[in-house]
Formats: sequence, structure tokens, C-alpha cells
Amino acid sequence: MKTKTPKRNLQPRRQSGQRFSGVGKPKKPLNVEKIRKDFPILEQKVHGKPLVYLDNAATTHKPVQVIKTLDRYYREYNSNIHRGIHLLSEKATAAYEGSRLKVQRFLNAADFKEIIFTRGTTEGINLVAQTWGSKNIGPGDEVIVTNMEHHSNIVPWQMLCEEKGALLKVAPIDDSGELILEELWKLLSVKTKLLAVTHVSNALGTVNPILEIIKAAHDKGVKVLVDGAQAIPHMKVDVQELDCDFYVFSGHKIYGPTGIGVLYGKYALLDSMPPYQGGGDMIASVTFEKTLFKKPPYKFEAGTPHIEGVIGLGVALDYVAQIGLANIEAHEGELLLYGTKKLQELSGLKLIGTAPRKAGVLSFTLGEIHPHDIGTILDRQGVAIRAGHHCAQPVMDRFHIPATARASLAVYNTHEEIDALVKAVRRVLEVFG
Amino acid sequence: MSDFSDLYQDLILDHQKNPRNFGDLPEANHHADGFNPLCGDKITLDLKVNGEGVIEDVKFKGSGCAISKASASMMTMALKGKRTNEAEKMFHEFHDMVMGKEEKVPADLGKLKVFAGVRDYPARVKCASLAWHTMEAALHDENKVVSTDDGVDP
Repeated sequence: MKTKTPKRNLQPRRQSGQRFSGVGKPKKPLNVEKIRKDFPILEQKVHGKPLVYLDNAATTHKPVQVIKTLDRYYREYNSNIHRGIHLLSEKATAAYEGSRLKVQRFLNAADFKEIIFTRGTTEGINLVAQTWGSKNIGPGDEVIVTNMEHHSNIVPWQMLCEEKGALLKVAPIDDSGELILEELWKLLSVKTKLLAVTHVSNALGTVNPILEIIKAAHDKGVKVLVDGAQAIPHMKVDVQELDCDFYVFSGHKIYGPTGIGVLYGKYALLDSMPPYQGGGDMIASVTFEKTLFKKPPYKFEAGTPHIEGVIGLGVALDYVAQIGLANIEAHEGELLLYGTKKLQELSGLKLIGTAPRKAGVLSFTLGEIHPHDIGTILDRQGVAIRAGHHCAQPVMDRFHIPATARASLAVYNTHEEIDALVKAVRRVLEVFG
Repeated sequence: MSDFSDLYQDLILDHQKNPRNFGDLPEANHHADGFNPLCGDKITLDLKVNGEGVIEDVKFKGSGCAISKASASMMTMALKGKRTNEAEKMFHEFHDMVMGKEEKVPADLGKLKVFAGVRDYPARVKCASLAWHTMEAALHDENKVVSTDDGVDP
């Protein structure tokens, strides 16, 4: 395994050719205190201490704008969509389809028909595996994933490969948690049908150079699915510029409701894919002899969807766009740098994931102290982090550890909260001293 | 010490640092493996039970959090010299104690009462009970890995 000296500059850099959102370069520091007022949940105390919420890679909190939207939907225009001929249904349909346009703009997709609503990242990946994968992957074919994938970008491919007699190949990572690109290039061959790769690692924070990766895969005729769950709240994503074939993310990690996610797919691909689930709303006509399916995206949205979730997600994306992803990226990048510096001053603390380009995640171990003990002691001091394998057991195996403690950032986090984290970790050291 | 001292007591910290009865037991006639997928806690447990049903010796090995390690260590001390039916009774009492099922902590659990605080930490109940579930499986010669995420009620 190649070893790289971790670089200390963790300020997130833009990938070449990757643009920020329309708001331009950050002009001044974010007014975080004002942003925090939008998140009522942050005002509370836990175990008698002010809540310091640093588990944002698991899920983010929701701004009052999103909460009010859900409330309003049920109070004022709750109705089924696409088929009603009454006012409430027209309102609900307009809001639902309006959200699709918002997602299209947010991702800079070429067409709103390329935006499919799912339950989340996991369902988006399973949808592609069971439709596109089922049709296009056969015996002897190969699917490539990387060593840093979340289980949700491993297991659906493993299941598909097992069913089809295909082979799952794994691109390795180095000691800093960076993909070893030369090794990935070697895996790409005529047998490769798909590369499924994460944009940002949930366990390590590594930002992958997906623009370069997608281009290299396409040069070999390989389709690419990008797991954007951990990237979408932190950086501008332009699917046309990336030229990815599929991009998936979850609403709840970008200040939206749970149970709603997005699958972006190039229209020609979506059009060529068989349906995912059969049922209402995805059909053009049904007889017992023959059913005709709708065109994408509706072909993939069987049944009454998560209407308020879709509408809430649209508002969450508006909220993020209004702050500006460039501003968010700058603020979180600064916190990441500060947290990295402060945590590394603690004796026995080892950061897991020290790639030059990172976003949002501070994963660490603390000598022999188990991350669950760290998590419990931090919780009692009001600091919420995640401890465990983060649904990325192959990452833990790669670093020969059972688990890490992980602090993960969002736009509402502050330097004071990083200080509270560091102080709380010091208490752990005292207890186990 | 602030308000997590009810869980991380000196006795527990001592056992996690210097676990007792840690190692292999070649003459064991009962064995089981336990796994807590949530934490990644792993334990292997060896018991030597004589013809009269008395636990003559017990050893454990494994890795895990402070709570699971200390619990395993203190369990091995408590089990030595006990009859298997007494061990089963202790298992149930311990289980009820960490689950908070009984308001009163059973007096005959002795030093194991130090784990009573676990009831206020729902996320950690499985850590404390893993060793005991593994012991139960070993006594019953269940040929499987005990998993706290496998329908086992902690």
C-alpha cells in the first residue's frame, strides 16, 4: 500500500473546472448566529449542557423554513398529486413539480425529466442496480467500487454481481484515506460496466477528484454512478460539468426532511431502463394483457410519493442556495482546519482521514479508548458525535481499527463548538488517564 | 468527576485496564463467541464445568469498549465456583438490572451492582450484557456466534 505524508493544508480546494454556485465568491464571513436562529432544535440543552451537534454527516437539522413548509402543506393543501381535478390537488402538484425544477437547477441538470425522487441515497443506488444494472450487467462483467464506500454503495452491487455472475472489484485507498488513482485506472477494463464511487467519504471526509475519475472511466466506456450523500451539503455539484451518468443524494443530509432523496440520471439512460417498481402513477395505460409505462421520471415513481418531503426538500435547497454554497464551503473549511489543528494537540489522538482535500468530517481514535466510550462521555457533556464504523466497515478494516469517533460539520457550527468538542475530549482523557 | 461518573466508576475503569481471567482455557468444556455489531465488541468465552455442575474456571478474550471489557472481566470473577443454575440466575438478575426492569438492585449480585448505572445509558446496555449472553450460550452449548443485533434482547 502506498503511503503518503499527510498534508496539513486542509482548506478545501475546488476541483479544476468545478464552479461554485451562482452567488459568486464568498464576500464576508457567514453570520452564523443569524443562521443558528433558523434552527430551533439547536437552542436546547441535553444532560443540562448546551447542545453541541456535530453529527451532521448522519443527519442535519432542519431550518424553520422547512419545518413551516411541512406544517403548511398539511394545514392548507394536503392532497394527492397528478390526478386530482380540484384546487388542493393542483396546488400540491404544482409544489411537487416545482421542487423537481428546483433540484434540476441545484444540480444544473439539463432537463427536469432527469430528476427522480427516491427515499434517499440508498434507494437511488438500489434503483440503478435493479434496473440499469439488471439489464446491462451479465456473467463475467465487472463493477468497480472503492475501499471508502458506504455500505449502501457496496451491498447493492455485491447483490447484483452475485445474481448475475459478475465480479466486484475494489479500488484501494492510501494511509491518508485518498484513492490511489493509478490502481483505479488499472482496474478499468473492457469488462468493466460500471464504476460506483463516492464524491465525499462519510467516514474519512476525503473529497474524491470525481471529474477526473469520470473522464477516465468514460474513456474506457464505463458508466459512473456518484454517491453524493456527503458532498451535496458541502459543495456545488454540476452534473453536466461532471458528466456523471448517475448522481444520488439524500434530502435529510442537506437540511431537508428524512425519507426523500434524489436520483439524477442522464435522460437517454433513464429512458432505456426498465421500471423499478410497478404501480399507480408510473403507467400510461393498464389492461390485463399489457401495461404501457410513462416516460422518465414518472416511470420510476410508482405509488403516491413522499409529497411533503419533496416540497420540503425544495425549500431546503432554496435555503442552501440563499446562503450560497461558496459561503458554506468557506465557513466549514475554516472550521475543519481549526478542528484539525485543535484535535491534533491532544495526546494520543489520531485523525483517521488526512487527505489533502476533505469536507465536513473529523474522524479520530484516542489511543486505546474505545470510540463508544468517547461518544458516551461526550454526550453527557452535550456534545453529539457518532461513534462506530459509520456503515463503512471496509474503511475500518483498511485502517485496522474497530471504529472511530466522528465529528461532522454543518453550516450552523461554530468555533466555540469545536472548542467544546476539544474540551469534552480532554475530559475523556482524564477519565481514562 | 461530572455526571457520567455513575457509569465510569473506578471499579469499571480498573477492570477495563487490567482485565481479570483474560486468556485461553485449554481444558475448557464449554465455549462461545459473542459479537456486538454496533460497537464491534468481540468476546470469546471458555468455561470449565465439572461433573457436579460447578464452574471451576472461566477465561475470556476479546476487544471492545470499557463497559463490555469490564463487564466480561467482572463476570468471570463472579462465576468461578458457582453452579451453572446459579450462573443462570445471575444472568437474569444482571440482565434485569441493566435493563432497569427492577427498581431495586438485587443484593446478591455483589460487585456487579456497579453496572446498575448502565440503565441510564440505553445505547450501552448491549455492551454490558454481551459477556453474559455469551456465557448463557456457552452453557447451553449453542454452536453460534451470539450477536446483540440478532434478535437477542439485551
